Amino acid sequence: MIRSALVLFFLALFGVLRLPIESRLSEQHRSAYFHQAQLELGLREQVGQLGFLAALSGFRSLVADVAFIQAHVAWERTEWGRVFLLFREATTLQPRSVMFWDMAAWHMAWNASVAAMNDSSQPNEYLRRKAQKEYFALGRDFLERGIKNNPDRPELYESLGRLYKDKLGDHAAAARCYERAAALPGAPEYDKRFAAYELSFAPGHEQEAYTALRQLYDLGEHERLPTLLSRLKYLEAALNIPLHERISPSEK
Amino acid sequence: MSRSGHRPFSLSRIGALSGNTFTELVRLKVFYFLLIFALLLIGNSLFMARLSFQQEFQVLKDVSLGAMSIFTSILAIVATAQLLPRDVEDRTIYTILAKPVPRYEYLIGKLGGVLLLLAFSVLAMTALFFAVLFLREHMLIAATMRETTGMRPEQIQEAVERLKASAFNAGLVPGIVIIFLKASLLAALTLFISTFATSNIFTVVVMVFIYFIGHLQSTAREYWLQEHGGGVLVKIFVAFVALIFPDLQLFNLVDDIVAGTAIPMALFAKTAVLGIVYTSVYLFFAWVSFHGKEL
Repeated sequence: MIRSALVLFFLALFGVLRLPIESRLSEQHRSAYFHQAQLELGLREQVGQLGFLAALSGFRSLVADVAFIQAHVAWERTEWGRVFLLFREATTLQPRSVMFWDMAAWHMAWNASVAAMNDSSQPNEYLRRKAQKEYFALGRDFLERGIKNNPDRPELYESLGRLYKDKLGDHAAAARCYERAAALPGAPEYDKRFAAYELSFAPGHEQEAYTALRQLYDLGEHERLPTLLSRLKYLEAALNIPLHERISPSEK
Repeated sequence: MSRSGHRPFSLSRIGALSGNTFTELVRLKVFYFLLIFALLLIGNSLFMARLSFQQEFQVLKDVSLGAMSIFTSILAIVATAQLLPRDVEDRTIYTILAKPVPRYEYLIGKLGGVLLLLAFSVLAMTALFFAVLFLREHMLIAATMRETTGMRPEQIQEAVERLKASAFNAGLVPGIVIIFLKASLLAALTLFISTFATSNIFTVVVMVFIYFIGHLQSTAREYWLQEHGGGVLVKIFVAFVALIFPDLQLFNLVDDIVAGTAIPMALFAKTAVLGIVYTSVYLFFAWVSFHGKEL
């Protein structure tokens, strides 16, 4: 009896001592982007009781993978609603997987939107366009939420830039995304170029785009790629840049 | 050394006990689970061939590390739970404790044997996992090289670099070390429970509950420390959970490591130290519970 009380006392004492340490360590884990998944009751309804229990017991990423594979199968069957729900599940369970956010957005904004536009069961073009826009918005939402969860990774900014450029036609917004991607560690070199290219397509940003492209041009031969040269020449003409400040006409 | 020549703490005695426990556990053919692990890895990599290489590697790593975590946890609990009851049943414990072997040495030796078993298992699973990862990486690089005819060398180089980055990241190693430490903690806790448990099954069942509650402990702790609503009874219950149960969620880092989150060295070291402290403290509790126990 005394021994049991002693053990219980030591257990509680150990608990009191470790509690602040664990709280601090938990905070440090979170600031290093660990344990960010929000396992709430809404998710319980999505993944089922067993899946939720597994997610709570340290097998969160495994349950997320299962949802991801199911989403892949649903995509092969072009079940777009199911694809959306399963990707929502996978991204909730594993918010640090850039690939899940990226794939989810790609399926929504590229695949499902095209399928909606070519939907032969919907004769009304206005409604087809509306559905297409809704899928674009879903794709953008996935990427924006992905960025919120992964602000340290350039890949999702790049994907959002691509979505603004290819699907929404907003070149200024695309340029901002590429710029933010370029500012992050580990970003590929081309992000800076892409930001400048997109700016050159955005009405009202010609001067800004010219300055950015010219700066890249001045960095040396390795930056003087065909697209950069053609956009720079276009802007020189559009902005009436004096001839002696223009790049050599022989550059192609 | 005391006058009789008997030392109160002897590493050689602990070594002998650990070695013996390890041999006993190996004879139980526990390593057969490695076969299941290997089948899981091979089956997984064959099935995943239909996905892109980034998807394939992520799923492969998730499945392998998840399996590693569950296998080591089960092994830690089941192997440790039967140590004391078996020794009592075989009457080995009387032979050992009749000799000048202090009870703490006996417990350290027993835990040492289980930790040795866990270390071997984790090493074997890691070797298998890295071998499959390495093989898949090389197969995919070879396939990529075949498909890159006409591409510039720097483009090929970039493709290969991306592939390599998806396959192996240095964060996997600390992640695996944390899996081992979590299993060590569970083994020490199981040893503690088994010192007062009435049967082997009781220990295993209690440990399964602790395993689940331990993963929710952080939620309970946050609820208790922050000013939420809830009655006094709820608060007392939550405080009880937070104080008594270990926070196992702190040792679940592989989920995010696989997803590409880098673990800073200092954070890894702190988590590892916490794991070692937990293991040592539970071993101490086991001794407190066991040292005056009538056998």
